[in-house]
Amino acid sequence: MKAAPALFGKAIAPSCLAPRTVLTVTLLVVLALVPIYAAFTGDPFALTLFTRVLIMAIAAVSLNLIMGYGGMASFGHAAYLGIGGYAVGILWKEGFASGFVQWSVAVGVSALFALVVGALSLRTRGVYFIMITLAFAQMVYYVAQGLDRYGGDDGLTIGQRSTFGGLVDLNNNTLFYYLCFALLLASVYLVSRLVNSRFGLALQGARSNERRMRAIGFPTFRYKLAAFVIAGVLCGLAGALLANHTNFISPAIMYWTRSGDLMVMVILGGLGSWFGPVIGAVLYLALEEALSRVTEYSGLVIGPVLLLAAIYLRGGIEGLFAGAGRD
Amino acid sequence: MTEPLLHVEGLSKRFGGVVAADAVALAVPRGEFHAVIGPNGAGKTTLIGLLAGEISPQGGHIRFDGRDITRIPVHRRSRLGVARSFQITSLFPDFTALDNVALAVQAHSGHSFRLWKNARRDRALREPARTALAGVGLAARASVRVDKLSHGEQRQLEIAMALATQPQLLLLDEPMAGMGPEESARMVTMLRKLKGGVTILLIEHDMEAVFALADRVTVLVYGRVIANGEPAAIRADPVVREAYLGEQEARATELRRNG
Ligand SMILES: Nc1ncnc2c1ncn2[C@@H]1O[C@H](COP(=O)(O)OP(=O)(O)OP(=O)(O)O)[C@@H](O)[C@H]1O
Ligand SMILES: [Mg+2]
Repeated sequence: MKAAPALFGKAIAPSCLAPRTVLTVTLLVVLALVPIYAAFTGDPFALTLFTRVLIMAIAAVSLNLIMGYGGMASFGHAAYLGIGGYAVGILWKEGFASGFVQWSVAVGVSALFALVVGALSLRTRGVYFIMITLAFAQMVYYVAQGLDRYGGDDGLTIGQRSTFGGLVDLNNNTLFYYLCFALLLASVYLVSRLVNSRFGLALQGARSNERRMRAIGFPTFRYKLAAFVIAGVLCGLAGALLANHTNFISPAIMYWTRSGDLMVMVILGGLGSWFGPVIGAVLYLALEEALSRVTEYSGLVIGPVLLLAAIYLRGGIEGLFAGAGRD
Repeated sequence: MTEPLLHVEGLSKRFGGVVAADAVALAVPRGEFHAVIGPNGAGKTTLIGLLAGEISPQGGHIRFDGRDITRIPVHRRSRLGVARSFQITSLFPDFTALDNVALAVQAHSGHSFRLWKNARRDRALREPARTALAGVGLAARASVRVDKLSHGEQRQLEIAMALATQPQLLLLDEPMAGMGPEESARMVTMLRKLKGGVTILLIEHDMEAVFALADRVTVLVYGRVIANGEPAAIRADPVVREAYLGEQEARATELRRNG
């Protein structure tokens, strides 16, 4: 299993053609061509599916910042998808259709929520951290269920996509797709800059050996908290996109299994690799889609597959390719 | 007389029923090379933990450089100039040797809310880090991942990281632990070079090294200071011989007989 890509990697020697680069570029080209394919075949399904893929990839990229680089395995990251989505939905319902307002609130409330959750959870470790982040997310889930005015458990159908004056028209699905694509690229770039900056090294140092970090003079807590907030903001933005994509928001998007999905995407793509989460999101959602056509018990298949992936591919799919290129 | 750089009084720490520090008093003048010896479980590592701020005491005071630091957290003590090395190697195993030291430099060059510029290309971090690595003889190993370094090299890196924070007080917890005789000898040479520059508190089981290096020696047994003085006096002290050195020598003789 591992030998094949290794051989493949040795055969193509120049580093610019490393398997990892090939994989990244191929995926980017495919993603860029999806709307063209959809227009060509006249089938909107691919566009719908891949818009969702892009949005979930942004969420996964944000989780990767804290989980992959910061070692903070948040089990409540889907809460930000919900916060961002409900910001759009609730504001629309109350008569504010402006995207400037909606998205600012989405990002602002996400930041605030992350600040509170982070401040209370980041002093704990391991299973405790996982449980606390999960508990907070479930709390938001139940609050959303109780919002009768906004559909309660059934959710809220949003009558119109966010408006941005004459700037962009989100009702154009192709345009919306490319907006999501651009935001995904921006997120990936942002994270790739962050993790190599002083801030990013402090974050990774805290993951690697927090005790030593403190001993050499780092107040690690504040850097971890800042990363936690940045990740929350990015995921809140993904939530606002998701609500626009489906014109719908319900508590289900925050259910703990959704947070689990995000974690799986990150792990599948390879913890702490900047492009890994994109690969993970594409793979996971494509697999889910394919299996849902064959069986309604897709979860029963995905679960074990992912478990095996987690056990055997320690660096994720990308690690498999990267490892082949490195040695 | 000027105040000593480090002045400890009545420092106490209990772990359940175990008394790891029993009203410890200690004064280390600036520039001194001070050794702390004592049998296993005497509370030596605990003392370093208390001084570095990782463990908070149940009683007593720590004064450093003219101020009370008893309640100051670890990272701020580091900023004030207290550095430590670890008895059990504690590094960033997935980073290179240079990255490790550069992090220590970074910790002491302002805040780290710099989010954009590539820190691995930041000469203000890399140059001092290279110098610190060279200082412990690891210049050629700069770009090797730490988990690929030998045990001896990791022990040297321990020191380089502590030194890279440019401390006033260096707390060394058994730097020679697990080293072979050659590596130990090299470490002694390196420590001798540091002597007189930075103030050092060294914990070490290797008596030859201790008596060769130290200006003064404190003997700790069951968390209590039982003697304090110049190496020659400590060596001759009957109480110390009884409590510690005798035990060591007896063990050494036994080893020789068995070996
Ligand atoms: N975190 C802790 N919890 C409970 N007991 C502890 C803790 N740390 C140390 N002790 C106990 O305190 C005593 C002193 O331990 P310490 O590690 O300071 O000894 P030491 O002098 O460094 O020994 P060694 O020479 O083996 O390194 C021991 O009995 C130890 O078991
Ligand atoms: Mg010890």
